[in-house]
Amino acid sequence: MKLFAYHQPDQIPDAAKLLTSIEDSKLVAGGMTLIPTLKQRLASPVALVDLSKLGNLKGITDDGATITIGAMTPHAVVAASKLVQSKIPGLAALASMIGDPAVRRRGTIGGSVANNDPAADYPAGVLGLGAGIVTSTREIAADKFFLGLFETALEPSEIITAIRFPVPLKAGYAKFKAPASRYALVGVFVAKFADGVRLAVTGAGSGVFRVPPMEAALSQNFDPSAIAAIKIDTDGLTSDIHAEADYRAHLVTIMAKRAVDAALS
Amino acid sequence: MGNVIGIGASPKRKEDQRFLTGRGNYVSDIKRPGMTAGVFVRSPHGHAVLRGIDKSAVLAAPGVIAVLTGEDVAADKLGSLPCGWGISDAQGVPMKEPPFPMLAQGKVRFVGDMVAFVIAETPEQANAAAELLSVDYEVLPSVVGVLEAVRPGAPQLFDDVPNNICCDWELGDKAAVETAFRKAAHVAKLSLVNNRLIGNPMEPRAAVAEYEPGTDRFTLWTTSQFPHVVRFLMGALVLNIPQHKLRVVAPDVGGGFGVKQFHYGEEAVITWAAKRVHRPIKWVASRSEGYVSDRHGRDHVTEAELALDETGKFLAFRVNTLANMGGYLSTFGPNIPTNLYGPLLGGVYTTPAIYCNVKVVFTNTVPVDAYRGAGRPEATFVLERMVDVAASEMGIDRVEIRRRNMIPKEAYPYQTPVLVQYDSGDPMGCLDGALVAADVKSFGVRKAASASKGKFRGLGYSTYVEACGLAPSRFAGRLGARGGLYESATVRVHPTGQVTVMIGTHNHGQGHETTFAQIVSEKLGVSFEDVDIVFGDTDRVQFGMGTYGSRSLVVGGAALSKATDKVIVKGKKIAAHLLEAAEVDIQFEAGKFSVAGTDRIKTFEEIAGAAYVPHNYPLEVLEPGLEEQAYYDPVNFTYPGGCHIAEVEVDPETGTVTLVNYTAVDDVGTVINPMIVEGQLHGGIVQGVGQALFENAVYDESSGQLLSGSLMDYCMPRADHMPMMKVATHSTLCTHTPMGVKGCGEVGTIGSPAAVINAVVDALSHLGVTHVDMPATPNRIWRLLQNASLPVAAE
Ligand SMILES: Cc1cc2nc3c(=O)[nH]c(=O)nc-3n(C[C@H](O)[C@H](O)[C@H](O)COP(=O)(O)OP(=O)(O)OC[C@H]3O[C@@H](n4cnc5c(N)ncnc54)[C@H](O)[C@@H]3O)c2cc1C
Repeated sequence: MKLFAYHQPDQIPDAAKLLTSIEDSKLVAGGMTLIPTLKQRLASPVALVDLSKLGNLKGITDDGATITIGAMTPHAVVAASKLVQSKIPGLAALASMIGDPAVRRRGTIGGSVANNDPAADYPAGVLGLGAGIVTSTREIAADKFFLGLFETALEPSEIITAIRFPVPLKAGYAKFKAPASRYALVGVFVAKFADGVRLAVTGAGSGVFRVPPMEAALSQNFDPSAIAAIKIDTDGLTSDIHAEADYRAHLVTIMAKRAVDAALS
Repeated sequence: MGNVIGIGASPKRKEDQRFLTGRGNYVSDIKRPGMTAGVFVRSPHGHAVLRGIDKSAVLAAPGVIAVLTGEDVAADKLGSLPCGWGISDAQGVPMKEPPFPMLAQGKVRFVGDMVAFVIAETPEQANAAAELLSVDYEVLPSVVGVLEAVRPGAPQLFDDVPNNICCDWELGDKAAVETAFRKAAHVAKLSLVNNRLIGNPMEPRAAVAEYEPGTDRFTLWTTSQFPHVVRFLMGALVLNIPQHKLRVVAPDVGGGFGVKQFHYGEEAVITWAAKRVHRPIKWVASRSEGYVSDRHGRDHVTEAELALDETGKFLAFRVNTLANMGGYLSTFGPNIPTNLYGPLLGGVYTTPAIYCNVKVVFTNTVPVDAYRGAGRPEATFVLERMVDVAASEMGIDRVEIRRRNMIPKEAYPYQTPVLVQYDSGDPMGCLDGALVAADVKSFGVRKAASASKGKFRGLGYSTYVEACGLAPSRFAGRLGARGGLYESATVRVHPTGQVTVMIGTHNHGQGHETTFAQIVSEKLGVSFEDVDIVFGDTDRVQFGMGTYGSRSLVVGGAALSKATDKVIVKGKKIAAHLLEAAEVDIQFEAGKFSVAGTDRIKTFEEIAGAAYVPHNYPLEVLEPGLEEQAYYDPVNFTYPGGCHIAEVEVDPETGTVTLVNYTAVDDVGTVINPMIVEGQLHGGIVQGVGQALFENAVYDESSGQLLSGSLMDYCMPRADHMPMMKVATHSTLCTHTPMGVKGCGEVGTIGSPAAVINAVVDALSHLGVTHVDMPATPNRIWRLLQNASLPVAAE
């Protein structure tokens, strides 16, 4: 790890100001992704701006049609939240499947969404539910937010403050864990709303994506059998030492069926 | 009378108190005055010519004290890292043994090969400076797989090692095997890969070195399983430091599994450098650094054939293996796939003729050496897979074919056609015990239950034997060992009756401090609490070969037992003098010396006290003191074995294999501490399951990059992968070790991979699957099912 300056502002505008004024500065939330990269000397920001003292970034609120989760809310809190469990059980289940207990206590939803790891779980939930990403300056729709491999629509000094999840009729998540890392080799989040079904896949490609043919079929008939025969194309899917693209494509269908099963149970 | 806790008891492990309360003392805990930090610069290329190194930017960086490279090593005329075994081919031509410089010279031969050592005031400064080293590499094509390495036109690692073949080794009667094959009613064939593994002990390797000008002495603290051997190899053969001027300490070590039983270049470099900079230096490997520098294990490609008569009796077994050595010969490297492999191909069977050819091959990968089991898991995997293949081809039940070929209990001692003679064993007894413990009778019910959930269930057997307790020196010498393989122990009885044992083995998780204390407590009748075991310091312990090859109890425990007997003999002399009786009339039992047939006794403490206060001793016949030493060299290997039964469930939709039941009935001879033995079996089995289902070291073919270079990509077995295991012992006593012990450190790892893969194949056999290579990952199983003869039942 290289030396860096450390700031712990207590107002969002101060944090944003630090980010703009110090070139090569970086936000740190739970540090579960950032700190390992610093230790391996893969990143060497001159300053870290810690979000942990900012007011109002933690916690979960309900306004009937939407559940709002503060950016600094750790995965374990989402997983254990009675509110999330009752309104969007699939999302609580997703949070409970991230990493291990230590990672779930430290890692945050804001950090995960901002990082947009191609194998992370939250991006599937955020895109699958069509959530809104609330930032220090605006709200960005999930469909416009994830731009592929670690890329998002965030501006350099923009800070995620919360994620707003529309409450679906049903939702479920199924994750096939990569053997070693236990990130998603393939994870599928499915959500049924009054006006149709959304289905998002993580782990399979360079970033989270939706599968319109499956969404259409499930909008007609919200049952695993409706998508059992829908195969997705291997183009753009990842091949690595753990799984080739055709296996990932196969798993998308299997996990999509299991996600629907989970939503129905 | 104290609190005797003897053989057969399961006291809590003495050493765990300090480990669990954070009071262990590991190498990275060591701080020396004025200590500096060292960092190795390693090759990022699999294969390259080293055209030049420019140190200037590093030397100018803040805090840098020195930068050392292969040129400095050459200028100081230091030795090459030695190989402890010299094997030969069938004509007696010695293996090719190219030099292994501690810092690369001329060429780098694997990603991780050491190019320079940077010493700075702090670890941060050393790391930052190391990034500035400018190395001019001329990158060459790499070759990482054994099949590719021996092909004509393959990149050549060394100018004088044609086709990268270090040695073309063989064992057994080739002609007898060919004759038997001609007469066979059936010949079964099998091609397989034994996957490459990375040991991953919890504590990474580390070293601290210091030079004291006042005494002209060096001290090296290192994460080693055998500090005396490091002192010898490094002092005598690499750095030219006289043995009495070099102290090697291996304090608490957090796991080894073989990874720490070699003399590593890092140890030599840091010790040499400590004198050059006149400051103590510490180096601690990161996990990532361990992946590209800890010696790897296994990595074979094998073709095997078994000849059988019409009743399924094995007539002959022929095995051709290509074994990966990596870029250089490590300490035991060439011994593992040859001497620890070929002699095990007889297994528990009466196969009369066996021939084995092993081509030991250099590649652009981390050197390969012993990893828990070392050679015997590879042999067991070939043989036990082969037996299943033959059984299925001939339509004979897998248990039945084993029974037909097993060595009966009465036939021991049993001479195999491949050098070794088993002294004792009861493979049939282990098999029978395991069949009951695993409830094989109701397997059909469980299989049907799985089928009703759309899952395929399979059962797999492995009836195996291994050779451990390394090793009888005379035997090992004939096979190419360049040193002895005995062990030593000193039993020091203090004036107040407590005991300190100095032993040449090394405890790094095995529970020696407990097991060895139990032996002394039982034999001398002293309190378990009153026995301390000292190991791992060449200044405190006389000599020793260390811990590997399940040798600590078998060889070290035997030395301890012998030394303890000598203490009793001396104690009797003292008692005879004090009790004014003839020495032959003194009896020793339960901590008391007595004159036979009388009530005249002296306690052990009284004798100990008298030994150190010899006021009226007959000094011409009796020396003061009560301390004895023994060296023990075994007359044979020991042969633990047993039967493992694995039960798996395969999800055909995803290809996931789940281990649902595991049963092991092992013959490890006398059990000193059942709890510790159970722990060794558990750990060993999990490591074997890791090889079968999860672990795989993967290199990129052309660049030689290690693709599975972190825990994110190299899958270690985890607690939730394992069912509750049923382990039991079914012991026959070793006939030649003092206590009848056979060793238990590796049996789990040796028996389990074949059991698991045999179970996976069994689960899929109805689809025409006849073999599955390790690790049986979901991706691999799914692909097999795609190509299988029957379509996978759709839901
Ligand atoms: C062992 C291990 C296992 C894991 N397993 C999984 C898994 O199975 N599934 C999974 O999805 N994840 C997994 N993770 C990742 C984990 O979920 C991380 O917590 C998460 O990816 C990042 O969250 P964080 O709060 O730790 O962010 P940090 O590491 O602090 O930051 C990550 C990045 O996001 C930026 N950032 C953080 N917060 C904000 C914000 N509010 N606004 C804008 N930018 C921000 C930071 O600048 C940084 O670039 C694992 C991590 C570890 C260490």
